[in-house]
Amino acid sequence: MWDWEYAFSIMPQLLKALQITISATILGFLLACILGLLLAFARRSNFKPLSLVTGGFVEFVRSTPLLAQLYFIFYVLPQCGIMLSPLSAGVIGLGLHYSTYLSEVYRAGIDAVPRGQWEASTALNFSRTRTWLSVILPQAIPPIIPVMGNYFIGMFKDTPLLSAITLVEVLQAAKIIGSHTFRYIEPITIVGLMFLVLSYVSSVGIRRLEARLNRW
Amino acid sequence: MEAIQLNQYEDISPVIDKPIISYQKVSKSFGDLKVLREIDLDIAPGEIVAVIGSSGSGKTTLARMLMTLEQPTSGVIMVDGEPLWHKSVNGKLVPADEKHIRRVRSKIGMVFQQFNLFPHMTILRNVTEAPIHVLGISRAEAEERAVAMLNKVGLGNKLDVYPAQLSGGQQQRVAIARALVMRPKVMLCDEVTSALDPELVGEVLEVLKEIAAEGETTMLLITHEMAFAGDVADRIIFIDKGRIVEQGPPNVILSNPRNPRTREFLSRFRQQWASKS
Repeated sequence: MWDWEYAFSIMPQLLKALQITISATILGFLLACILGLLLAFARRSNFKPLSLVTGGFVEFVRSTPLLAQLYFIFYVLPQCGIMLSPLSAGVIGLGLHYSTYLSEVYRAGIDAVPRGQWEASTALNFSRTRTWLSVILPQAIPPIIPVMGNYFIGMFKDTPLLSAITLVEVLQAAKIIGSHTFRYIEPITIVGLMFLVLSYVSSVGIRRLEARLNRW
Repeated sequence: MEAIQLNQYEDISPVIDKPIISYQKVSKSFGDLKVLREIDLDIAPGEIVAVIGSSGSGKTTLARMLMTLEQPTSGVIMVDGEPLWHKSVNGKLVPADEKHIRRVRSKIGMVFQQFNLFPHMTILRNVTEAPIHVLGISRAEAEERAVAMLNKVGLGNKLDVYPAQLSGGQQQRVAIARALVMRPKVMLCDEVTSALDPELVGEVLEVLKEIAAEGETTMLLITHEMAFAGDVADRIIFIDKGRIVEQGPPNVILSNPRNPRTREFLSRFRQQWASKS
């Protein structure tokens, strides 16, 4: 049933494809973190039109499937003259999609910082930027690390969707190997185990990070 | 202002030549609720003013507007000769921008009822963060200043601990050091002992007394501690329903108030003391 020799022989190919999966996840998540914070700021803006447009955008992206968004970025944008490689399109799609979820997480974290912290910052005459950097974000982010971590793992597990825009990530690589050799059990099982191990390692890492950041 | 104003409560405000703080017909409403009504109040440089009154009288709002935490609905607040919330353009007062407000606000410091220390920073960093990033002084100089100030409030041995590891009284003393290290001309204290256990009130009031005795800082104390107000204040102001009802030297206000509302308010406090002891 299980052929060890075959399993080992396909490992190099799978590990190579796994690198694509990991790159897409990490880059996509970085983009989502930055974009999500910007969306959270825009949503909190006193300038009503900006806040409303941002709210609408977040709602729109969250209410449409990631796959449709990936298709749009990869197949529709080129018609407007924007050509992207599968990896870039995938990173942008994942980043954009998850940024809308993370913006809500940031918002919850920011809202949880007591009003007195803002008032103390005003009383000490901090600039707006300094208030965010020194006072608000350092208190808003540690409590939301576990939730952000969940989205990180969720995004990691969503990367096989990128195969729909021709990116050969690890699951697609397994499928291609299977279709060449007509042996699916080893490649698909190995990929499943890879996801399991990496998700587990990530969740342990996130818990460590959380403990580190919540020292006070 | 041309003349001393007499209001309906026969209260005569002292004439102050160059006030450091001047409220001019300042009103504040929250929706339909009028919290402060046309307050006129001048405070002299170095003066210690205690504001008393029941909760909801508007006394905290008085301080919060000066710290720019609440915007007055109408009227002008002058700080050291300059309008705080306004800018003079061609002789007319227009709403000020952030830059103007920050410049004028730098003369004011505040200590809060709930301390509002930064929980993620050590005590030392709580006190150095503003000098470094707002005043722009070097870290070494900021630390030197901060340590001196923390020694003054008796916490020079707690530099590396976090606020959560301190008692309420200690936290409030750090908050006082954090405000003072910015060397404000005016220091606002908003019910700084109200959140403290009774046995911790004394240590905070001692520190404030010391600062008051130095006479360098103008102080506006919003307080329920009548004995403390009587001890340190040059003038006590009684606010009721958004108006200054009576004001004067502590011995007059506390022992012989003229206004019936003041009498009623103070008698309630006397009864409370009596029932406590």
